[in-house]
Amino acid sequence: HPHQATQMSNYCLNILVFVTLQQRDPMLKRDCFEDILEERRNSSDLKYALRCYAPVLYKGVTPCKANMLKNIVLQSDQLHYVINQVSQESGEAPDIIQEEASVILEEMAHRLQISTVRCFAFALSKAFKTLFQHVCVNEEGIQRLQQAIQEHPVVLLPSHRSYMDFLLMSYILYTYDLALPVIAAGMDFMGMKFVGEMLRMSGAFFIRRSFGGDKLYWAVFSEYVKTMLRNGFAPIEFFLEGTRSRTCKSLTPKLGLLNIVIEPFFKGEVFDVNLVPVSISYERILEESLYARELLGVPKPKESTSGLLKARRILSEDYGSIHVYFGQPVSVRSLAQGKVNRSTYNLFPRHIPRKPMEETQSFVNDTAYRIVRLQEDNMVLKPWVLMASLLLQNLEGLELSVLTEQTVWLRGLALSYAAFLDWPAPTAKVVSSSLALHRGLACVSGDRVSLVVGEPLGPVTPEEALFNRAVSVLSCASYRNQVLHVFLRPAMLAVAMLHLSDEVYNCFSFLWDMFSNDFILCPGDTVQDFEEACYLLVKTGAVQMPQQDIVMTDIGQPTLSFFNGLLEPFLQGYQVVCRYLCEEASEGLTEKQYIPAVRSFAVKLILAGNLRCYEVLSSDMQKNALAALLRMDAVRKVKNRMISHINQTPISPSLSLVAVAEDLYRDGLTPSYIR
Amino acid sequence: MASDSNSSESQRIAQQRLRIIAGHLQKHKDDDSGTIATECKAEANKGTVPRKRQEIMKWNGWGYSDSKFLFNKKGQAEFTGKRYRLSGMVLPSLQDWFENTFGASVNHKSPATPALNASAVPPASLNEAFVEDLKATGIPFSHEAEDRVFRAHGHCLHEIFALREGKKFERVPDMVVWPNCHNDVVKIVELACKHNVCLIPYGGGTSVTSALECPPEETRCIVSLDTSQMNRILWIDEKNLVAHVEAGIIGQDLERLLNESGYCTGHEPDSMEFSSLGGWVATRASGMKKNVYGNIEDLVIHLKVVTPRGVIEKSCQGPRMSTGPDIHHFILGSEGTLGVVTEVTMKIRPIPEYQKYGSVVFPNFEAGVACLREVAKQRCAPASIRLMDNEQFQFGKSSFKTLPFHLCKGIYIFKGFDPHQLVVATLLFEGDRERVLQHEKQVYDIAATFGGLAAGEDNGQRGYILTFVIAYLRDLGMDYYVVAESFETSVPWDRVLDLCRNVKERINRECKERGVQFQPLTSCRVTQTYDAGACVYFYFAFNYRGLADPVHTYERVEHAAREEILANGGSLSHHHGVGKLRKEWMKESISSLGVGMLQSVKDYVDPDNIFGNRNLL
Repeated sequence: HPHQATQMSNYCLNILVFVTLQQRDPMLKRDCFEDILEERRNSSDLKYALRCYAPVLYKGVTPCKANMLKNIVLQSDQLHYVINQVSQESGEAPDIIQEEASVILEEMAHRLQISTVRCFAFALSKAFKTLFQHVCVNEEGIQRLQQAIQEHPVVLLPSHRSYMDFLLMSYILYTYDLALPVIAAGMDFMGMKFVGEMLRMSGAFFIRRSFGGDKLYWAVFSEYVKTMLRNGFAPIEFFLEGTRSRTCKSLTPKLGLLNIVIEPFFKGEVFDVNLVPVSISYERILEESLYARELLGVPKPKESTSGLLKARRILSEDYGSIHVYFGQPVSVRSLAQGKVNRSTYNLFPRHIPRKPMEETQSFVNDTAYRIVRLQEDNMVLKPWVLMASLLLQNLEGLELSVLTEQTVWLRGLALSYAAFLDWPAPTAKVVSSSLALHRGLACVSGDRVSLVVGEPLGPVTPEEALFNRAVSVLSCASYRNQVLHVFLRPAMLAVAMLHLSDEVYNCFSFLWDMFSNDFILCPGDTVQDFEEACYLLVKTGAVQMPQQDIVMTDIGQPTLSFFNGLLEPFLQGYQVVCRYLCEEASEGLTEKQYIPAVRSFAVKLILAGNLRCYEVLSSDMQKNALAALLRMDAVRKVKNRMISHINQTPISPSLSLVAVAEDLYRDGLTPSYIR
Repeated sequence: MASDSNSSESQRIAQQRLRIIAGHLQKHKDDDSGTIATECKAEANKGTVPRKRQEIMKWNGWGYSDSKFLFNKKGQAEFTGKRYRLSGMVLPSLQDWFENTFGASVNHKSPATPALNASAVPPASLNEAFVEDLKATGIPFSHEAEDRVFRAHGHCLHEIFALREGKKFERVPDMVVWPNCHNDVVKIVELACKHNVCLIPYGGGTSVTSALECPPEETRCIVSLDTSQMNRILWIDEKNLVAHVEAGIIGQDLERLLNESGYCTGHEPDSMEFSSLGGWVATRASGMKKNVYGNIEDLVIHLKVVTPRGVIEKSCQGPRMSTGPDIHHFILGSEGTLGVVTEVTMKIRPIPEYQKYGSVVFPNFEAGVACLREVAKQRCAPASIRLMDNEQFQFGKSSFKTLPFHLCKGIYIFKGFDPHQLVVATLLFEGDRERVLQHEKQVYDIAATFGGLAAGEDNGQRGYILTFVIAYLRDLGMDYYVVAESFETSVPWDRVLDLCRNVKERINRECKERGVQFQPLTSCRVTQTYDAGACVYFYFAFNYRGLADPVHTYERVEHAAREEILANGGSLSHHHGVGKLRKEWMKESISSLGVGMLQSVKDYVDPDNIFGNRNLL
C-alpha cells in the first residue's frame, strides 16, 4: 500500500517526531505549585478579604465603570448597524429596537463590585478550607499572566469540570492581585436568584444558551465582549468546552466566543490577543455522582440556590486537592502568522457583521483544539486516575498488592508519555490515601479492592441494580477519562495492530476519525498523531518497527493489552450503537427517541448477559457515537429522522463501517487478547 | 516657504516686482552655448543644479554640503551654513533629546568615510559604438567615478549607510549624460535602442525606494540620464493658467521662476528643494498644499515622454477627456520604466494674496485624528494640515527650546493636557485675506469641539521649517550610531488610529526580537487628509550599537512594518512609490491581473527593456 509505505518511512524519522513532540510537550518545563490555602490557614480571612486590592491593567487603562461600558456598547457603530437592519426587516422603529438592545444588555452585563468580590473572597476562603486539602497554583504562570495582562488583551480559557471553576478562577486572581476577569456564564445561573446576582457582581455576565437566529442578541453580545477586549478593561474568561464536561474528558470546543475574541485582532483593532489556557484538576469532583446520574438519564437538577446549599451541606467532606495550572499565554498574532491574511478584512467596513471567512474559520477551529490540548497537557493527574483505569479493567476486583504493583507500572508508563502526575508520597501510601479519599467508589475488603456498588436499600429490581452498578462504573470512568489524553494515540495504535495488523495505518485512521467526537483530536492531525503513537510505543519498547512493519515486542504485551482494555468500553459502546441501528432502529427514529431506545437496547443486552460494558449506558457516549456515524455518513438525518446506511456505506476502499463494527463486535477484543 | 507671513501687503508686491525685473535681466546674461537644438536656446537659464552635483551637494548624505547638523565642542547641536532659517543657530537641548531618546552619546562617534574611494567603484564598462555616436551629437557626458557614484543611489538608509561606510559598489552607472532639451533625449533614446544600452533616468536623486539602484544583473552598459540641465520654463499661458516646463527643473527653481511672473504651482513636496518635475510625474508625487492645488496627477495637463517606441503625447490640452483610460496614468508612477518625461504642461495659480500659519494642540492623538477627520468631512481643510504625534511634539520642543522662537511657549499654558499625550496640528492657510481669516475660524471652531486649543501662528510655522531640515538630522544620527528612516502610507479614516498603533507596536516588537539594544523611536504624523482617508508618515530610528549588521536589521524591521501596514488596510505607498524596495508586494496590492496589465504596457512600449531600472514590476 503506497500510502502506508510513505507513512512508514515518515515515522521512522523518530528524531523529527521527537522534536515536534518536545515543542508541543511542556513536560520538561512545567512549573512548580504553591498552595494558596496554606496562607489562608495561618492568617485572618477577614483581613485578606479587606486588604488593598489594586491590580495592574492593560497598558495602564483606568478601570471602566459597568455603566460606562454599557454606554460604549449601545453607542457603537456595530450595534447601530444591526439595530437599523433589524428595524428595516421588522418594521419596528429603531428606537424600539434600541430599547430592546438595552434590555438585552441589562440582562447580560456584569456589575462587578469590589465589595461583592470581597464577600466572596471571605466566604470562599472558609469554604475552600473545609472542602479541600490544598489549592495549588503555579506561581510562574501567574507571573506570566500578570505580564501578559499589561501587554495585550487577555482571554482566560479554563477547563470546565465543575461549577467551582469560575469562582475558583476569580478567587485565585484576587489572591494574586490580578485584574478580575469578566466571565461568560450560561443564563441558567441567573435562575439562582440571589447567587445569580452575586455572581454578576463578581464579574459574571450571562448569555443565553442558544440564540441561533437572534441577530440583535448576537450583536449586543459580541459587541459587549469586544468592547471589553478592545479597551482592555478586564481579562475575559470563558469555557471553550461550552459546558461542564460530565465525563471529565475534554469536550469538543465551541467556537462562537473564540471567534468573537479573535476578530478584533484580524480587524486590526488590537495588536494582539493573548489566550491563556488554564487547567483545573480536581482530585475529587464535587459533582461526581450527579454527573453519572445525569449521563444515565436522571435529568440534571435545575440550578437553584437551595439546591446549591443542599449540595454544600452534602459536600462538606474531603475533596482532596485542586491543581490550577496557568499555561503559557498563546499569542493569536503568532498563531495566525502565515495562516490568515488579515488584509482580506480591508475591503469591508469593520462595523458590519460578517460571517468569518473559511480561512479564518479553520484557523479558529484549529486554535480552539490546540488550546484544549494545552489544557489537557497541563492537567495534573492524581494516582487515583491510574488506579481507576486499572479497576475498570478488572471489574471483579483485584488484590491490593496487585493493584499497587500495577499502579507503579502504569505510573512509569504514564511518565514516559509525559503525563503530569502528582505523586506526593511513596506509591503504597498514595494508593491507600487515594482509596480512602475515594471510598465512595472503591472498597477494600480483606485484600481485595473492588468498585463499590451503590448500597441496595431494600429489594431492588434487576434494572435498579444495574443502574446502581452503572453509577459506580461511570463515576470511576470519569477518573480514568482524565488520563485518556495521555494514552489515546498509542492506545488507538494498539487496537489497530490487534485488528488489522496488515493495514495498521488505515485502521488507526479509521479509529481516529470515528473517535474524534469523543476525544480531542485536532483536525488534520491524523498522520502526526499516528507518528506520535508509533514513536511513543517504540520509545517504551512495546513495539518494534523493522523496515515497513509494526510488531509487538516480547515485553510489549502488558502495555498493548492495557491499551486495548482502555479503549474497549468505547469500542463496545460504538458497536452497541451500530448494532442497535442495524438490528432494531425503525426507519423513522427521531433524535429524541434515540437515546432512551439505545439505552434500553443496551440494558436488555446486559441483563441477558450478552454485554458487560456499562459505559454504553452513558448518553454522552451514545451522542458521540451517533454524531460520528452522522459525520461519517453512515447515518443520515432526514427532517430530524435518522436513516441508517451502515450496511451500505464504504468508509475507505478496504474498510466499511459495518465490517469494522462487526469485526470489533464479534471479537469483543478482550477475550482474544487479555488472558 | 513661498512667502513670509509677516511682511505686509505692499512690501510683498514690491519684492515681487523686483524679482520679476531681476529675472528679466538674468535671462540675457546666461546663454548656454552647449545646447544645439534651437528651441533649447530660447530661454537658457542655468538652474541651481550643476552637472557636477557633488560640488554643492553631499556625496554621502542629504542636501547641501555646507548645511549640516553637528555637535560642537561644547556638545551643543548647531546647524551650519546660511541657507536655512535654522542655519548658524545653536540648539542647546537637542543633545539631551538625542541622548535620552536613543540612549546614544555624543562621545560615541561613528564617523563616515571622508571621501569617495575611487577604487571601490567598478570600472565603467562602456559601449564604444554608443559613445562614438553620442559624441557626434555633442551632448555632454562623463564616466568619472564621482559622477557615476552620485547617480547610483537615492536616499534609502542602506544606500547612504553604504556610502558612509565606504563599501565596495556592486553596480553603478557606466556613464552619465546631460541632455539639454527634449530633442537631446530623443537622440539619446534612439542611440540606446540602436546599441542596446540600458538607460536610467535621473532627476533630483531623492528617491527612497531603491529606484535608482542599478540592477546588479544588468550586463549592458548602464547610462544614467541626468535631466538636471533641462530646467527651463518654456512658456506661461496666463489665459489658461498653465505653464510648459522642462521636466528636469527642480521644485525650488520652478517655484522661484514662476513667482517672478507672479505665479506658483503650489506643488510642494517635502523634497522640493531637490526633487524634479519629471520625478514627481514618475512617482505620483504629492505636495504639502495639495488641498488647494492638488497632487501631481491633478496638476498635469499635458506630458511629453520619450520612449523606445517614440514620443507619447496627447494632441490637445483639454482639461478633461473621455478618450478611454487616461494614458497619462501609464506615465504617472511609471518610475522610469517606460521612458523619460521631458516636458510637462501644468496648472499654475497666481501667488496667493495672503498666507497664514496656525497650530492647534489636542489632548491626545485620538482627538487630533478625530478633528482632522471632521475637517476632511466638512471639506474645509486648509492648504496644509498635519498632525504630529507626541513623540514629534517632544522632538520639536527640544529642538526649539531656548531658541529665539519657542515652539512650546504657549503650549505649557494648556493645563490639564498630559505632556506625554498631547499632540500638535500645524496649519497653513492660503488665499485672500478675508477668506483666510474666515477659514481659520471655521477650522479652529471644529478643533475646539475635539478639545483642541489654538496654539499660535509661530508654532505652526516652526513645524513647517522643521520639514526641510529634518532630512539633515538623519546624517547627524548616523554620526552617532543612530539609523533612521521614514515611510508612508494612505489609509481609510476609520483605520488610521489602529494602523498607527499597530505599526508602532510592531516596530518596537521587531526591534526587540532582532536584538536592538535600545528602545527605538517610532513616531508618526498624519500629513494629508482626503475625503475617504489620510496619508500617514512614519519616522523610525534606533541606536544600533551592538548590532552586527544594523542595515539588515533595519530592513527587516521596515519590511515587518510594511506588512503590518498592509494587514491594517494601509496602501503600499501614498507618494514615495514602489521602486525595487516594495516590488514584492505589487501583486498583493494591485492583483496579478493588474501587474499583468502594467507588464503588457511595458512590453509594448519598451520591448528590449532599454529603461531597465527594473522598478515597479
